[in-house]
Amino acid sequence: MRDKVKISKYLDAAFAITGLLFCLIGIGVIIILFVDLFMDGAPRLTLKFFSSFPSRFPDEAGILSAWVGSLLIMFITALAAIPVGVGAGIYLEEYAKKNWFTDFIEINIANLAGVPSIIYGLLALGIFVYMLGFGESILTGGLTLGLLILPIVIIATREAIRAIPQSIREASYACGATKWQTIRWHVLPYSMGGILTGIIIGLSRAIGETAPLVTIGALTFIAFLPSSPISSDFPFISFKWLFDSFTVLPVQIFNWVSRPQKGFHVNAAAASIVLMVMTLLMNGFAIYIRYRFRRKIRW
Amino acid sequence: MVEELKAEVKNLNFYYGKNHVLKNINLPVARRKITALIGPSGCGKTTFLRCFNRMHDLYPGNRYEGEIVLYPDNLNILSPVVDPIKVRMQISMVFQKPNPFPKSIYENVVYGLKIRGVHKKNYLDEVVEKSLRGAALWDEVKDRLHKPAYDLSGGQQQRLCIARALATNPRILLFDEPTSALDPIATAKIEELMVELKKEVTILIVTHNMQQAARVSDYTAFMYLGEVIEFGKTDKIFTNPSEKLTEEYITGRFG
Repeated sequence: MRDKVKISKYLDAAFAITGLLFCLIGIGVIIILFVDLFMDGAPRLTLKFFSSFPSRFPDEAGILSAWVGSLLIMFITALAAIPVGVGAGIYLEEYAKKNWFTDFIEINIANLAGVPSIIYGLLALGIFVYMLGFGESILTGGLTLGLLILPIVIIATREAIRAIPQSIREASYACGATKWQTIRWHVLPYSMGGILTGIIIGLSRAIGETAPLVTIGALTFIAFLPSSPISSDFPFISFKWLFDSFTVLPVQIFNWVSRPQKGFHVNAAAASIVLMVMTLLMNGFAIYIRYRFRRKIRW
Repeated sequence: MVEELKAEVKNLNFYYGKNHVLKNINLPVARRKITALIGPSGCGKTTFLRCFNRMHDLYPGNRYEGEIVLYPDNLNILSPVVDPIKVRMQISMVFQKPNPFPKSIYENVVYGLKIRGVHKKNYLDEVVEKSLRGAALWDEVKDRLHKPAYDLSGGQQQRLCIARALATNPRILLFDEPTSALDPIATAKIEELMVELKKEVTILIVTHNMQQAARVSDYTAFMYLGEVIEFGKTDKIFTNPSEKLTEEYITGRFG
């Protein structure tokens, strides 16, 4: 009897150690990757690197058009994915009747989240570039990534809404509230933390996407910035930039890595650091938001 | 038997899908009195209570038959042409578990008015004080009206829910086992409060606790398997019930 307890305790300890080991492997790989990247790329991380266009000469090349492109694409992606994704999530959770049709939609949204991103690129090439004639533009790129992260936003919205106890909704209805009032005053504010987290996770996935943007024709050598959104003549706001061609950080990195010259590889490492820091910052921000909202709301 | 009526239930049947849950219920609800619904678990008393503010309309597959007539305007609140939202504006509810919104105490109380479009600050302030006094909570929270409602104790939260229900000046107040999640001291406070409240408003209460029904209510209905077995003055139901089933339940032989 006592032996059995002893064996169980050994097994317990063995499992804990194995778990810790696997955990360390995971973290270790990331750390090695990051350190290696940093050692390669850090010397190139100067202000000039951020303010120069790509060039034939590795020492003079920079990521100006790439990071501006990434930011603008993210902006369009967010504009496209947030209203549609959150709206669809609210509809499916609060308004839609539960029947075979909503089940069908639900399964398909889950499937969409798993579709390879290059498929989205092909879809966008057919619809946005050729059918709608948006060209190989910032608008096309943003809408494509918007579609790509739409399932993530919808699923995050639904899960955040589902976490709200039914008793809160009933309390609101019992006060004589309509469905929209209940959503506007309770469901949305209390699920905002989860929804924002989902949006940021989606965006941080989109910022690293390469394949769909290459498919729709993101250029790798852009030595100009998109046209300014503010113009000197009436009506002072211009949307011409939406239809300019673009490049983004991952595409630029891909391009540099495939060059034979060693200098470009250093550039690629430096740009990767920038991309990784951007992703980590976004994820950190998501964690912070979740923490803030969790502290404010307890059931 | 009952004096002035606030509402009257006539031949009420209720179905969850094909499930016939409430069977042919008839019940008078006396004005400014407390009517208690008692009975073993699963007898349909909560389902019955939730008919009064049309809570069942929130979920698909439910069906009412019969009438609940509200006096003095002779309004059948179960009629399909009556908007459940209008019903809930006149008939408030306090739930089993305290369910304040994760907002400030003040925001909780004024919620019912705000969604009706009332935004005048002076008026809202007045209502908050009146409702919180009505729910015997004012003295405990008057210095921290803008603090989160979740900082209050369970009993205080339930009284806040009562204040929230009072703020819209309801004609009937529904209590669904309001003290089942509270300790004896908080329970005693809520019971005192109910007796105080009936001067102004008609109360219907579902309770598991027979002593509670005996202490606070004027009329009692005993329900079993979806039917009202016996209804009468509380004294009579508890001392001299006419049905054998009622007597067995009250003396604790089943339930």
